[in-house]
Amino acid sequence: MSQTDDRFYGLLVEFDDAHTLVDACAEVRDAGFKKWDAHTPFPIHGMDAAMGIRGTKLPFIVLAGGLTGLSLALLMIWWMNAVDYPYIISGKPLFGWPAAAPVAFELTVLFSAFASFFGMWGLNGMPRLHHPLFSSERFARATADRFFIVIEKADPSFDRDQTREFLTTLGGTAVEEIHDKAED
Amino acid sequence: MNRVPVSAEIDNTGYDPGTPTDLVLGGETFTSITDRICGIVEQPKPPKAWYIAITVTGSLTLVLFAMLFHLITTGIGVWGVNSTVGWGWAIVNFVFWVGIGHAGTLISAILFLLRQKWRTSINRFAEAMTIFAVVCAGIFPAVHVGRIWLVHWLFPIPNYQGMWPNFRSPLLWDVFAVGTYATVSLLFWYTGMVPDLATLRDRAKGKWRKMAYGFFAIGWRGSHRHWHRYEKAYLLLAGLATPLVLSVHSVVSFDFAVAQIPGWHTTIFPPYFVAGAVFSGFAMVGTLLVPARQFFGLKHFITKHHLDNMNKIILATGSMVGYAYAMEFFIAWYGGNPNETFAFVNRAFGPYAWAYWIMVSCNVISPQLFWFKKIRHSLPLMWIIYIFVNIGMWFERFVITVTSLSRDFLPSSWAYYAPTKIDILTFLGSFGLFLTLTLLFVRFLPMVAMAEVKTVMPAASVHGGPAHPVGDYHGDINDRHNKGGK
Repeated sequence: MSQTDDRFYGLLVEFDDAHTLVDACAEVRDAGFKKWDAHTPFPIHGMDAAMGIRGTKLPFIVLAGGLTGLSLALLMIWWMNAVDYPYIISGKPLFGWPAAAPVAFELTVLFSAFASFFGMWGLNGMPRLHHPLFSSERFARATADRFFIVIEKADPSFDRDQTREFLTTLGGTAVEEIHDKAED
Repeated sequence: MNRVPVSAEIDNTGYDPGTPTDLVLGGETFTSITDRICGIVEQPKPPKAWYIAITVTGSLTLVLFAMLFHLITTGIGVWGVNSTVGWGWAIVNFVFWVGIGHAGTLISAILFLLRQKWRTSINRFAEAMTIFAVVCAGIFPAVHVGRIWLVHWLFPIPNYQGMWPNFRSPLLWDVFAVGTYATVSLLFWYTGMVPDLATLRDRAKGKWRKMAYGFFAIGWRGSHRHWHRYEKAYLLLAGLATPLVLSVHSVVSFDFAVAQIPGWHTTIFPPYFVAGAVFSGFAMVGTLLVPARQFFGLKHFITKHHLDNMNKIILATGSMVGYAYAMEFFIAWYGGNPNETFAFVNRAFGPYAWAYWIMVSCNVISPQLFWFKKIRHSLPLMWIIYIFVNIGMWFERFVITVTSLSRDFLPSSWAYYAPTKIDILTFLGSFGLFLTLTLLFVRFLPMVAMAEVKTVMPAASVHGGPAHPVGDYHGDINDRHNKGGK
C-alpha cells in the first residue's frame, strides 16, 4: 500500500439505483472491508443486513435520559413544595404522586427527546461541517438521486489498485478517487 | 434553477382494497422530486404574490407587536376582561393556537407509528405549522400574567421571595407541557429536515446559501451508518411525541376541568379537547395546504388521496367533538347538579347563545358534509369547510371560557364580557405572525420532506428485487418473511 499523498481519502463508486447498491453492499461486506460506508438520498430498507450494521445503543441512551428526567422532576417537586418551602394546599399532603404526575411526565419526555436528539447526532459524529467526501462534485448527488459506496484507505484490507479493481465489478456507473481539498 | 413545469391534477381517489394507492403521481423520479421541491426555494426571487402576501402579514405582525406594547405599557385594562370574566380572548386564543399545532404532531408522530405512509408528503408542512402555532399560543398566557417582567415566576427559578411555583396548579403543568411540546416539536422538525437541508446545501450556488444551508445541515452526507441511527432516533422521537401531544391538550383542559366552575368541572374534557385540537389542526393544515399545493405545483406529492384522507380525519374528529357536545348536555341533566344544568342551558339559550350556535353549526354540521365523496374531493368545497371549522373551533374555546365565567354560582357577580378593539387587533395580529412565519418557511426551507417522499416511491423498494410490484407500501412484509414470522 503506497499512498503517497496524505490528501487521499478513499475510493468512491456511484450507482444509479438502490437495488444495485444493496447487492453491491453485500459484496463489499463479504469481501471483509471494515471502514466503508454507503451514501444514499434516503434510508433503504434491507441495507442494515446488506452492510452488516448491528443495532445501535441509542435506545439505552434515551432510556437513561428519560429516567434522569423523571427522577429530577420528582426530586424537584418534592424538594421545592414539601421541603424548602412547604405549601399547604387544601390540607393535602405536602408531596403527592397524582399532583406530581403531569410535570414528571413532561420532563421525562423532554429529557428523553434531548437524549435521542443529541445522542443520535453525537453517535453520528455530527456536527461535522467539513468532510473529505464534500470535495467530490459527483458526491453532491448523494443527497438527491444517486447512490454511493465509499471505502476508506484507512481500511486494513484497502489497496489502491486492487480495491479499485474490485469496485469496478460491483455494477456501478463510475469509480472516483477522493482527495481532501481542504487547506486545514 | 431550471423551472419545473406545474404539475397536473391527477385523480387517485379510487378505492380498491388490496391495491395501495400511489402516493407520488405523474411519473416523478428521485431527480424530478429534488428539482421540484428545491426549485421552489432556489428561485432567485420569490413570485410577486409572495411579496404582496408578506407585506400584508408583516403589517399584521407589526399590529400584534404594537398591541402587545400598548398592553404591557398600559395594563390588562386595555382588554375587555373584568373581575368576573378574568380569562377573555387571551386564553381563548391560547387554547385555539395550541390546538392548531396538534395536527402537525399527529401527522408527524402518530401517523408515523401507524405506518400511514401518505403522511410523508404533508408532515413537514404540518410540523412547521405546529411550531408557528405554538409560538403564537405562547404569547397570550405570557402577556396575560399582567406584569410580564415577573414572567419568570412561572418557572422554578430562585427568586428574592424564596418561593417556588405551586406544582399542584394545572397552570404550572401547562408551562411544562407547552414548553416541552414546543421543544420536542422543534427537535423533531429539525431532525426530519437535516437530510433535506443537506440536499439544498449540495445544490446551492451562492456562497451565502452554501454557508447557511451547510451550517444547518451539520455535515449530513447520507451515510447509511448514520441513517441507521437516524431512523432509530426518528422512531424514538415519534414514540415520545405521541403521548406528549395527547398530554398537552389534556393538560390545557385541566386548566378548566380542575377548577370548580360549572361547565368546566367535567371528566370528559381531556379526550374532548384532544379530539377538538386534532380537528382544528387538520382544518388549519388544509386551509394552508390547498392553496400551497396549487400555487407551488405540488399536486403530484400532495395528491387528492392525501386531501381525502385528511378530510376523513376531520370527519372522524368532528364527530367526536359533536358527540362530546351532546354528552356534556346529557351529563348536565343526568348529573342532577342544578348549577351544571344551568350552565349548559345558559350556553345554548343565554346571552352567549349566538356564539354557541355558531360553534355548533360550524363544528357539528359542517364536517358531516364530508360523508359525501363529492364534497371530500372538491377543492373549493373542502376549503370552505376548513374555514368553517377554524371559525367554529375558535368559538368553542370562546364558549367554554366565557359563558362559564360570566355566570357562575353567584348571580350578583354575573357580568357580560365583550372584547375591546385591542383584543381583536391582537388576535388578528397573531394570524399575521403565524402567516409571516409560514411564508418565510415556504421561501427558505423545503416544504415537502424529500428524503421521506422518496422512500414511498416504488423505485425505493428493494425487497423483492426489481420485479417487485409497484406500490408495496408495507416495507415490513419481507422482513417478516425473513424472520419466519406470519
